[in-house]
Amino acid sequence: MSVLRCRALSRSFGALKAVSEVDLVVEPGARHALIGPNGAGKSTLFKLVTGTMRPDTGHVELAGQDVTTLSEVKRCRLGMSQTLQHSSLFASMTALETVELAVQRHEKGRIAFLPRKQPVVGERAGKLLADVGLIRRREVPVPSLSHGERKQLEVALALACRPSLLLLDEPAAGLSPAERARLVELLGGLPSEITVLFVEHDLDLVFALADAVTVLHLGRVLLSGPPAQVRASDAVREAYLGSSRREELWA
Amino acid sequence: MTFLQVRGLVSGYDRSTVLNAVDLDLDSGATLGLLGRNGAGKSTLVLTLAGLVSPTSGSVTVGGVELAGKRPDQIARAGVALVPQGRRVWATLTVGEHLTLAAGRRTGTWTVDGILDLLPRLRERRRQYAGQLSGGEQQMLAVARALLTNPRLVLLDEPSDGLAPAIVEQIGAVITTMRAEGVAVLLVEQDLHLAFACADEIAVMEKGALVHRVPTPQFRRDPETAGRLLGVS
Repeated sequence: MSVLRCRALSRSFGALKAVSEVDLVVEPGARHALIGPNGAGKSTLFKLVTGTMRPDTGHVELAGQDVTTLSEVKRCRLGMSQTLQHSSLFASMTALETVELAVQRHEKGRIAFLPRKQPVVGERAGKLLADVGLIRRREVPVPSLSHGERKQLEVALALACRPSLLLLDEPAAGLSPAERARLVELLGGLPSEITVLFVEHDLDLVFALADAVTVLHLGRVLLSGPPAQVRASDAVREAYLGSSRREELWA
Repeated sequence: MTFLQVRGLVSGYDRSTVLNAVDLDLDSGATLGLLGRNGAGKSTLVLTLAGLVSPTSGSVTVGGVELAGKRPDQIARAGVALVPQGRRVWATLTVGEHLTLAAGRRTGTWTVDGILDLLPRLRERRRQYAGQLSGGEQQMLAVARALLTNPRLVLLDEPSDGLAPAIVEQIGAVITTMRAEGVAVLLVEQDLHLAFACADEIAVMEKGALVHRVPTPQFRRDPETAGRLLGVS
């Protein structure tokens, strides 16, 4: 059974059809990339999947269950987890304390505020920080982490709820080449029980990581298939570069 | 009394300089509306003051203490709170949990109960997950979170962005209360309504520098200058 299936998803803003009749299937264990030129509808489709936004028509299924009308929070409980830029909300909290918070939410439900800490929570949070390569930075207040380290932390926070499907919205945005390489290593090393769907602009990163690619163009699926097929597609090249041919530009 | 003093602040990203020697003074209990076209450097100024972007040179003192080049958490502890653009909330934490965490073990003028009196909508939604709030409610939560750190300087980065007028009015009421409590407020806005309603003075940024600063009533009487600086009519 597919981990995620979108059936004929559509969402308009006034006259603009941002997402139009999109079918998307994400298979278990996939590293599935969602790409497309600016304005292709990637962000809107992503929001429809996470539950931040509701579709006008169509359905979203998570492991066979229809979650179209469920909130972000409920989808999260069913195993869908996304990285959010929420890691630096509490300026005085350290990396470890922030991950502990996410662990508590998932494992215990209730948040036990400091200083009543539970050793089990601390242990799991430490393990997650080690997994994303931040263990040495655990005592650093989150706002003082570098941009790349904050991205690593966001992955740890998303993993805290033991997701079966991890959703990443432009994970490499604003990263330096070295930070980018570290992120590829981190995401590439995730266990195969975790399926990953990610939106990304950087095609080098897409081809380094993805084993399935869906290309959106003008709100529709242009092509869905293995990276090699996408690389070889004239339609994809045209969508990215525009229909005017190079020689016409210089005529 | 001048509470925030910025002198010759230069800052930017990688090799591109965005702020070109910004000078700025702000008194305790004063609200300054900071306007300017897209790319003028307003957000970069706010992020630099909060320590999230490092300045290349210049001085930032808050209550006489030099903060330029300090880490964001050190700046926060010195009494500076940022309400970032895009109202970031933690979707799976409730409103009440956000507030308790933001307050921490601090004591001061602003308490969770006091904030909930000021923003009754948040009291109604206290047990709800932040991810289930409307955009306006999330913005109120972001403002509440900042106030609970009992700041002496609050930096608001486009708080009215995408919000309905009725919600913007409530955000305005909170800013007015902050001012009455002696908090210095730097309000970055694209939308003139909120800035005009709350700010004592209006400043305009252009190409990384402050180019104009006058009392709000004077700014409102001079639509020609406003049009020239902001490209609005």
